[in-house]
Amino acid sequence: MNAISERPAGLATPLPLLSAVDLHKSFGPTNALAGAEMHVWAGEVVAVMGPSGSGKSTMLHCLAGIVPPDSGHVSYDGRLLTGMSDAERSTLRRTEFGFVFQFGQLVPELSCLENVALPLRLTGVRRREAERRALEWMARLEVDDLGGKRPGEVSGGQGQRIAVARSLVTGPRVIFADEPTGALDSLNGERVMQLFTAAAKESGAAVVLVTHEARVAAYSDREVVVRDGRALNLERMG
Amino acid sequence: MAIGQAFLGLLETGPRHGYDLKRAYDQRFGQGRPLAYGQVYATLSRLLKNGLVEVDGIEPGDGPERKRYAVTDAGVTDMADWLGRPEKPEPYLQSTLYTKVVLALLTERPAAEILDVQRAEHLRLMRELTRRKATGDLADQLVCDHALFHLEADLRWLELTAARLDQLAAEVRR
Repeated sequence: MNAISERPAGLATPLPLLSAVDLHKSFGPTNALAGAEMHVWAGEVVAVMGPSGSGKSTMLHCLAGIVPPDSGHVSYDGRLLTGMSDAERSTLRRTEFGFVFQFGQLVPELSCLENVALPLRLTGVRRREAERRALEWMARLEVDDLGGKRPGEVSGGQGQRIAVARSLVTGPRVIFADEPTGALDSLNGERVMQLFTAAAKESGAAVVLVTHEARVAAYSDREVVVRDGRALNLERMG
Repeated sequence: MAIGQAFLGLLETGPRHGYDLKRAYDQRFGQGRPLAYGQVYATLSRLLKNGLVEVDGIEPGDGPERKRYAVTDAGVTDMADWLGRPEKPEPYLQSTLYTKVVLALLTERPAAEILDVQRAEHLRLMRELTRRKATGDLADQLVCDHALFHLEADLRWLELTAARLDQLAAEVRR
């Protein structure tokens, strides 16, 4: 029941882009992950669901190379994340991955445009080019008119769309989103999810979407449920 | 769906023949299940009898003569009352699913899997509705949203039941 080794129907790529196998992770006496396995194929949107404290955020952090598991391994595009140095993982996160968190986590001192351009600037792209590309993604997320504003001057929904634009600006192959609409009302949450999933599909990025909300998970292609530190593939149980 | 009140509302925008009423109803509220002609004329007869509509004119046609109906003042009041009255909330207790879970616990089968499979099925439908929303007009979106919120409520019930399975098992097996 735990293993999810089969490729979901309709995906052309034979091998998963991102794999986690037999992950174990404890925080003190708490076993957050207890033999979890999960695979993500290129271009798909996977919802990671589960009750609070089930280990779903820990799963995301291990998949993204933010937190190393105690045992088990994570591989991305044929490379073992679990065998990489901190610096290597950091480079990978900057160049191949995008991130969206519940509260946007935009830099308050920078304008919205500078925030979206920031991941490009960190990889050495010149300011003018970075801002040109940032503005393209902001237009795709319908927030290009907010470029000059600071994060504190925009609404929660607008802030999340700016965060989504920032996650897409480097052309990542995987975007990790942890409760991206958790702080928004229904209507704003819907709009963020519509624009987010459409933009991700358009760019070909896979999305790992941690959420406890079914209406948010309904934007995914399939779901994985984490319970007691293990992942259940419900589609194979039916 | 209260067909009578829907007819009164449609007639409030102007008198119509029975056939036109049916067409307008099917288009707006039918959702792929058109009204039978018998249902249309039975509803109109009842509204006539109760004084909520009246015959506004009779026109000869190729076949039988066509009656044009108009809403009366009493009909307008009836419609307004209905609009202002909240619908009775459905006591929607997933009774079949509850029965299955209890039977699974009684017979020591994996009750959690029943809930998981049901959750996957709910999410499958929610995905379908979410996709339909993306391509539909505002009316489609509102209809889909209503279904989505109901399915979400069911899912919360499934979650809560899953979290209380041990407790339920203890009670069932007592």
